[in-house]
Amino acid sequence: MSNVSRRKLITGGLAATAGVSGLAVAARLANRYGLIPPDYGGIYGAGATLTYASQRLLTRHSMAREFPRSLISKDPFPNGDPPHDQDFRRLEAGDFADWRLAVEGLVARPASFSLAELKSYPQRSQITHLACEEGWSFIAEWTGVPLSHVLELVGILPQAKYVVYYSVQRDWWDSVDMADALHPQTLITYGMNGADLPVGHGGPLRVRAPRQLGYKSIKHVNRLLVTDSLKEYWPESSYSWYAGI
Amino acid sequence: MADSAWVPRLATSVAAATDTPRHTAVVRVTHWITALCFFALLVSGVEIVISHPRFYWGETGNVLTPSLFDLPIPSSRDAVQTGYGYVLPDQNGWSRYLHFQAAWVAVLTGLLYVVFGVLAGHFRKNLIPAGADLSWRFKRLAEAQARSYNVLQRLTYLFVIFVLFPLVIWTGLAMSPAFASAIPAVVTVFGGQQSARTIHFFVSVFLVLFLLVHIVMVCLAGFRSRMRAMITGRVVSYKEQP
Repeated sequence: MSNVSRRKLITGGLAATAGVSGLAVAARLANRYGLIPPDYGGIYGAGATLTYASQRLLTRHSMAREFPRSLISKDPFPNGDPPHDQDFRRLEAGDFADWRLAVEGLVARPASFSLAELKSYPQRSQITHLACEEGWSFIAEWTGVPLSHVLELVGILPQAKYVVYYSVQRDWWDSVDMADALHPQTLITYGMNGADLPVGHGGPLRVRAPRQLGYKSIKHVNRLLVTDSLKEYWPESSYSWYAGI
Repeated sequence: MADSAWVPRLATSVAAATDTPRHTAVVRVTHWITALCFFALLVSGVEIVISHPRFYWGETGNVLTPSLFDLPIPSSRDAVQTGYGYVLPDQNGWSRYLHFQAAWVAVLTGLLYVVFGVLAGHFRKNLIPAGADLSWRFKRLAEAQARSYNVLQRLTYLFVIFVLFPLVIWTGLAMSPAFASAIPAVVTVFGGQQSARTIHFFVSVFLVLFLLVHIVMVCLAGFRSRMRAMITGRVVSYKEQP
């Protein structure tokens, strides 16, 4: 082995080691600052991670666009059918007086809230876009209690990383990280355009996370779960977990 | 006179023909990565558009509002009335993953290309029209393409690189609710998110038209020699026809 090739081998080895440890340090830092999405693995993991990391850095303090009243859509499209089952119909017949929102998981005081209780908490109304990943959209005024307020009432534990929210409809749930869960515009919504939230738009309760696309705004929500890992709470759809784009 | 003027030119052409450098390594590598990304973006983009082949202007639009225009294609959602008696399968999950992954690779590759293009003088030497290149003659297409581009080609490439690509990236970002929350002007400048989506579609159509013309030109100029130039970087078998 000649000197030159040995030198090349050593510098090459050092460069490779530096590169790998650099990447490892970057990954650790990114993970510590919440820049790695749960779907970072797989063939599309690199793109999903770049999108999530860059948008998390960019949107740390950003607010979803809010619109003047004149831009509220006259024809908001209620995508999909409301639940048909007996239980839901019975609750609907009683004006959802018996609807409960259970909050559990990594919380100090698990609780269950009635609609009336939720409506008694500090209220927020905002006129925002609901944009579906398919391409259509509408603007409405949404009224509800900030999710952060509900989480404050139950006391989230320090290791909490995600909030999973469940629809009363079977196999329908989604989740957001704490950045979006604690964001002031993320609402447990019970009103739309000045009236009760219609069943077609997710009544009586719907999560609205206006900095993400519509599929993160799950309808007919009756359960919140605070967790540090999404391994057991992975939606069955193959859609990317982060929906800020 | 004509002959004496012709011979030296032929001589230089033949001399240059044996083995002339044509495209630098950066141009070749970024070209093929971009080509691959463009294909991925096109396939996934068509897939995504199928889920709502209606276009609008302004901030909002959905199946309950009138559209600007509809594409005469079937849809992957039963909510959209297309006139076709069937609904295509929903493939948006992987399509959206692939679209944004390919977009990242394309944008990073494009940045590398633009930085190199400025630093190495690629734009100045090869793409910005210079006095000597102000020739519109297509008779010399094969010869001109083998060594440099004519003014129409130069302007087209510059338009694609500095107008169409930035515009398609910009309108893409304008559709992102999170990105628009951080930088609202990215979408308000177009008059709304649906306007941005419509412009994104038209810019994509222009890029596809460019690609088709580009491929036709490559074939007319000599498919083998043009492909060899963009793969090996050299023009080898160039012959001046009498």
